[in-house]
Amino acid sequence: MASPDNEEFFAGLERGELVLPRCDACATVIWYPRHHCPACGGARISWFQASGEGTIYSFTIVHKGIGEWASFVPYVLAYVELAEGPRVLTNIVTDSPSVLRIGDRVRTAIEPTSQGPPVLRFRPV
Amino acid sequence: MSQRGSAYIAGVYEHPRREIPDLSVAQIHAEVAAGALADAGLEFQDVDAYFCAGDAPGFGPISMADYLGLECSYVDSTETGGSSYVTHVGHAAAAIAAGKCRIALITLAGRPRSGATRPGMSAALIDAPEFPFEQRFGMTIPAAYALAAARHMHEFGTTSAQLAEIKVAASLHAQHNPNAFLRDVVTVEEVLASPLVAEPLHRLDCCVITDGGGALVVVSPEVARDLPRQKAKLLGHGEAPKHTNNGRIDLTHTGAVWSGPRAFAEAGVKPADIDYASIYDSFTITVLETIEDLGFCAKGDGGRFVSDGGLVAPHGRLPFNTDGGGLCNNHPSNRGGMTKVIEAVRQLRGEAHPAVQVPDCQLALVHGTGGSLGTRMGSATLILGQPDA
Repeated sequence: MASPDNEEFFAGLERGELVLPRCDACATVIWYPRHHCPACGGARISWFQASGEGTIYSFTIVHKGIGEWASFVPYVLAYVELAEGPRVLTNIVTDSPSVLRIGDRVRTAIEPTSQGPPVLRFRPV
Repeated sequence: MSQRGSAYIAGVYEHPRREIPDLSVAQIHAEVAAGALADAGLEFQDVDAYFCAGDAPGFGPISMADYLGLECSYVDSTETGGSSYVTHVGHAAAAIAAGKCRIALITLAGRPRSGATRPGMSAALIDAPEFPFEQRFGMTIPAAYALAAARHMHEFGTTSAQLAEIKVAASLHAQHNPNAFLRDVVTVEEVLASPLVAEPLHRLDCCVITDGGGALVVVSPEVARDLPRQKAKLLGHGEAPKHTNNGRIDLTHTGAVWSGPRAFAEAGVKPADIDYASIYDSFTITVLETIEDLGFCAKGDGGRFVSDGGLVAPHGRLPFNTDGGGLCNNHPSNRGGMTKVIEAVRQLRGEAHPAVQVPDCQLALVHGTGGSLGTRMGSATLILGQPDA
């Protein structure tokens, strides 16, 4: 899961923090995390703690899951637009998915899993 | 340099079966290759270029050239998912124009229905750098397209009933295709009453899963001149990968916004000139966004464009997918680009079913989509015309 390209990100999740890479050369916030800036080609990055806030860019309530996810339906898959710019794929953790709307404000809900490092999910605020 | 008129599609073949438990994937590749070569009036030993994508077993074109017994001066295994074969036509034309080959064979085959292959996790996918950030959340292929549909509805007011119109049109066409996997005509109400797979997409917003395959033979103008069957002239080709743009994802546009204008410019035609369109239809939303991005209507107007029989052949605003498309007819190996090219050639030859044949079909457009709509995808567009175009 974690690799030399992204281990700082997952180390952040282990501490309960969302950290993001920013290009040292052009200051672009990079997503998905990597040691290469797709905006300018720079290879030097620094990690910073993100606000943890965002809004729902799009979401779907999934009724047919694959593999282990088949037993979790219905669950919410979403793109959340972080306050820092990137739109990240995630789950929205909620007991009432039917009231969710695009544009709703959400906040990080970093959750442990049995497989690998914690997972970056979000919860409505 | 323009490729306009540098190549012709001389032979096409779609495997007639939709469940093929008794043949290997390589055997199906061979059957469709033989079919397309016979259609073109050519033999295996005439082939000097071979194109295949990720569905080909083994070591891509090397394994398949070995299996088929091809002596090639040119091979290409460009993999852009379901759009690969549309892309291959353009690449074959470029290779022919460069003098690298004269007769290119393109094949597709797979058995997702009878169990040989299903969409899932390959080793290459698990090694992908985006994997840890995208595959831990219960993503499914329908869900990826549902996310695009939900955003399109939010921005433009598109409705589930409008998306359903696309499936209805495909089913009206499929009723005339004896090989189609689904031949029953469905209504908007039936689409909306089918189970939700990933909101807002219903089961009937999704394409079929079928075994099968298809093949194309692309030849130089000199070779085309001596072949008996009616050829389709390649007038324009455009392609574009679209990616996540450093996480600034835009779900309401596809790579067709770039591939379309490139193909139209090379052909010297515009959307209003197109008589028939094969539009990739993995899901209803795939068609809707693509039609907008190709310029058949303004961004956001796709819902209105497809309503009231807008896509129904032969007299709709834009007759599309007259074989029933991926939504009803065939989506072999979970890759629909091949059958899109084949039905466009049938239309130009006047060999579509009479009930859906577009009268005096002079210009056809083919559009292929691969990967995940709007996020990380291949897009490829072809403009095809009559031999004297």
